[in-house]
Amino acid sequence: MKRTLRMEQITKRFPGVTACNHIDISFQTGEIHALLGENGAGKTTLMNILYGLHHADEGRILMDDEVLTIDSPQQAIECGIGMVHQHFMLVPKFSVLENIVLGTPLDREPFLNLELARKKIALIAQETGLHISLDEKVANLCVGDQQRVEIVKALYKGAQILIMDEPTSVLTPQETDELFRVLKRWTREGNTVVFITHKMREVIEICDRISVLRDGKMMGTLLTSEVNPDYVAEMMVGRCISLSMDRSEQAPGQCVLSLQHVSVENQQGCRALDDVSFDVKEGEIVGIAGVDGNGQFELIEAILGSCPIVQGEVFLGYEKISGLKTQLILKAGVSCIPFSRQKEGLAMEFSIQDNFILKEQWHMPYAKKGLLQKKAIKEKVAQVIHKYNIKAIGPETKVVNMSGGNQQKVVVAREMDRNHRLLLACHPTHGLDIGAIEFIHKSILEERSNQKAVLLISTELDELFSLCDRILVFYQGKVMGEVDKEHWEVRDIGLMMLGNRKEELERRGHDTNR
Amino acid sequence: MTQTGKCVEPAEPAQVNYEQLDLLIRKFENIFYILVPVMAVLISLVVVGIFIVIQNASPLVAYASLFKSSFGSLYDVSNSLNRAVPLILTGLGIAVAARAGIMNLGGEGQIILGGIFATVVAVNLYWLPSALLIPLSIFAGALGGALWAFVPGFFYAKHGTNIIITTILLNDIAIGILGMLVKGPMKEAGGYAPQSAVVALSAKLPFLIDSTRLHVGILIAVVLVLLTQVLVFRSSAGHEIRTIGENPNFARHSGVNVKTMQIWLMLGAGALAGVAGSVEILGSQHRLRSGFLANYGYEALAVALLGQKSPIGVLLAGVLFGALKAGRGGMVRAAELPVSFSMVLSGVIIFFVVISPIMMKFPRAIAVRSMNRSRTKSPQGS
Amino acid sequence: MENILAVLTQEFFYAMIRMASPIILAAMGEVMLERAGIFNLGLEGMMLFGAFFAVLGSFLFHSAWAGVALAMMVGVLLGLLFGWAVISIRANQAVTGTAINILALGMTSMLARMIWGVMDVPLSVSSIDVFAIPLLHKMPLLGYVLFQHSPLVYLAYLSVPLAAFVLYRTSWGLKIRAIGEHPKAAETMGIHVLRWKYAMAIIAGSCATLAGSILSLSFMNLFVDNISAGRGFMAVVSVILGQWNPWGIAMGGLIFGFGNALQMRLQSFGIPIPTDLLLIFPIFLALIVVLISKGSSAARPSALAKPYYKE
Repeated sequence: MKRTLRMEQITKRFPGVTACNHIDISFQTGEIHALLGENGAGKTTLMNILYGLHHADEGRILMDDEVLTIDSPQQAIECGIGMVHQHFMLVPKFSVLENIVLGTPLDREPFLNLELARKKIALIAQETGLHISLDEKVANLCVGDQQRVEIVKALYKGAQILIMDEPTSVLTPQETDELFRVLKRWTREGNTVVFITHKMREVIEICDRISVLRDGKMMGTLLTSEVNPDYVAEMMVGRCISLSMDRSEQAPGQCVLSLQHVSVENQQGCRALDDVSFDVKEGEIVGIAGVDGNGQFELIEAILGSCPIVQGEVFLGYEKISGLKTQLILKAGVSCIPFSRQKEGLAMEFSIQDNFILKEQWHMPYAKKGLLQKKAIKEKVAQVIHKYNIKAIGPETKVVNMSGGNQQKVVVAREMDRNHRLLLACHPTHGLDIGAIEFIHKSILEERSNQKAVLLISTELDELFSLCDRILVFYQGKVMGEVDKEHWEVRDIGLMMLGNRKEELERRGHDTNR
Repeated sequence: MTQTGKCVEPAEPAQVNYEQLDLLIRKFENIFYILVPVMAVLISLVVVGIFIVIQNASPLVAYASLFKSSFGSLYDVSNSLNRAVPLILTGLGIAVAARAGIMNLGGEGQIILGGIFATVVAVNLYWLPSALLIPLSIFAGALGGALWAFVPGFFYAKHGTNIIITTILLNDIAIGILGMLVKGPMKEAGGYAPQSAVVALSAKLPFLIDSTRLHVGILIAVVLVLLTQVLVFRSSAGHEIRTIGENPNFARHSGVNVKTMQIWLMLGAGALAGVAGSVEILGSQHRLRSGFLANYGYEALAVALLGQKSPIGVLLAGVLFGALKAGRGGMVRAAELPVSFSMVLSGVIIFFVVISPIMMKFPRAIAVRSMNRSRTKSPQGS
Repeated sequence: MENILAVLTQEFFYAMIRMASPIILAAMGEVMLERAGIFNLGLEGMMLFGAFFAVLGSFLFHSAWAGVALAMMVGVLLGLLFGWAVISIRANQAVTGTAINILALGMTSMLARMIWGVMDVPLSVSSIDVFAIPLLHKMPLLGYVLFQHSPLVYLAYLSVPLAAFVLYRTSWGLKIRAIGEHPKAAETMGIHVLRWKYAMAIIAGSCATLAGSILSLSFMNLFVDNISAGRGFMAVVSVILGQWNPWGIAMGGLIFGFGNALQMRLQSFGIPIPTDLLLIFPIFLALIVVLISKGSSAARPSALAKPYYKE
């Protein structure tokens, strides 16, 4: 018998935002249901309410006709709901087994007797094909395996409805296919998957029904089989968008950034970068593709001089910058949009102007003889707010009170306004709405036409494809291969992200051709 | 993939009014910046008042005499200011370090080391003229305080050692060393009490006003307050300091040498506490005793927090605490309270001041609530 | 040389075991709390409150055990107060702890004078007797050193295997450790993070006040100002020294017991070292220990001293 989980008239208000505005949605057993919407549309909030992490201000949740009270994850778990969060909820220092059993009553509670649990997990692994070694520490697993642990964890707790928040953002195309196979098989047994995503291509591939959210409102639910992609895209965004960028053809100029056989060790003493060499030239955008955690972070740290380089050299133009202090490297003409604006890009409690002048706080026109020139700063920042169309009352607006898109614009404005030759852009559009993404893409292309060198790190292949001239694929701190604009193909890049060298792929390609 | 086609709906205005929220929060924060310290003092006065009532005395009489004996006459005022000087100087160092997120609980020990170093110089180099001996003694005191702050600062910056614990432990060690010195090596020749010899006449700070004991220490404090105010809020280095406090990763990423700055800040905080100790010796006590400026380190922490970590605020809070210190003896006598009651007065005030930063979390909550209220009045949607 | 060896007698080791016990008991409470992600610097003040209220209870009800019970109740209240400030209000944990320390020092000395007046010799109350464990205490050498203590001292040592068992062998311990490592993950696993944090704050508070009652009712039979004399800080340090593992922490506590006992013995031997220096010897030891043990070690709970926001 088919059962239906319904959420009726769900409303949730946050300071200044109505994240969910009278939303109705229903999930049937055996379906894969996509929840589609831009960043900030309220998808995750809605599902957090279903999982008991947030409390709805209005509305109710029903299973068939019976009202469920879900005030805590505990109650959600009891109702058979499981959730795999975008940022995995795993304790890195615990073993896989400990992570899975955490919070679930064991036999002979409160004693930590894990043998029965171990058998039960083995059974789940056999049924679903999600095999993981239970005694490994989670910290030592790769992201794909961590996601498996998350799924097994939910199933171990008896989930029949599995919510997955942006599950593919950390996977290679091949891993994504594997995940889809597992989910399909699992729903055939009468379970439900709710699939939160902002990528439409995936939705068409796997889902039965699609619900589209925009600005906290439900725009409608459609059957995938009857869907017109263009129509869905407009439902999602609400206006005409054009993701294809105007890129002029231009020949790259002189070499700006050059890495030669660079190796870096991370804090645990592992090789995070292993013999990496590449160049970035003037007027060129070079992309770095790869699953997060394959050395991208250390690459940026190495260029910026924040972590010691074990071997190899980094050049900016003809100048050797490896071994210099961060301050000098920045001064030599390196700008950086960091991975996380909240962690490394901004001081959230500072005003726009205080955030804007950092990196240039000792130089004219912001400072004279070590004293800040408040008037000059204010004028300059007011100009910048206007130029970059930042929504704020004035230079004294606190960054914490701004939306994510505008915060990122402050970072972008600061980095592009500085005197620089090289721009490092790390996940520059992560978590932004489509308007801000468009703006930042345009700004990056502008850099290119201004003859700056740009190194773009992204996990979104679409973004890389639409902006870059060349793409390098990273795997475990090594460059697997380089692909030119004329030759890129999702399948090859995906295989390289999984650790296959480009030469091997080409050799195999030749073999099959023969 | 290119996604074009006919538009479904025109773009909606953003439903989040971030601008309005920002204005509201900033408005409330400005009010609370002043309100919180005032509230902290008022609440503690009420709580102490309850204690006074329990003791069968009148809080009004007690507080009136407290005010009278701290500000009643020129002499009382000068006394209050003299008490305020070490609190202001030490609190200044704590406040600036706290701006960079460093919890320096070691004011106590740094003051003591400053006092020891200054006394050694001021007693032994008696043949120097005032113009040399006084600056030299104060410099020695600053050096002593900085030395005591260097160890925790260095290990904190380089190895991430818990600076709260190291500074507290160093306080107790400084107290032990002081006790040992005044009973042994530094003891006044031929004296009985555990105290050092009196400093040279030429080392004593000149008085500002005849007929009072107000010494030039207060001028030193005011000058240092103004310099620090410029350093923190008007200089490039101050911008770096505040950035470290707000987000050390951001600072590091932006080329600020965080570790070096942290060590310098601890050295500065220690030096200021050392100056506090030496000014107290040269200006007021003229000799080193055990129990020298006891509890001033913790009260200076309260002064720094009450002053909202801003130098000018520290000046005001320091004067307030100095007045309490100078006046509480008179209060206890006038209201016939037990002598130990003066300890409770400062204990309770410190407690409320130290937990008062909690209240700085309210502006955001209030702004959000008032905004939600105005929104429910004008419901959304069309 | 002979002098120094002469220090190491049976009495010395007896004193070491005894002096270590309050530090170990307080540290066991602290480790449970730190494992749940909260750093309690107010341990010193809580011990001081415990020592005072133990004497007060003993004075009011003419029974040492009533004093211990009163101290424990105060410990629960202190745990709730501290918990409210740092868990619900999310105040800075170190600052709040310092506030409790300052308040304890002022309050206890004031209350002592209010209740007993100012006396040259502090008032003494009935204390807890030594309980020699049958048979075992007759063992040669060890019998005296280990098995002739006050019941609270045995309790302190029993708390070590108990804490280790709870932390590593029960699902409660798994939950507590998960909260200290990644509270958000614990929340999504259906664990009531805030409740567990409060529970640990209460346990830490009552362990600290119990440790304080050892000081005032078992080592002595009276209250003097600042009776805890830095032992609360030593407990905090031994948690770092023991790398958040109860067995290691017990070893750390014993080192401080050794330091305290050595200082007492040297003092009574009249060795020509100034008393003030001897008194700070254990604190100096603690400082060295903190400086050489790494602050940011792998064993440190990842979410320690970070406030937790539920939404």
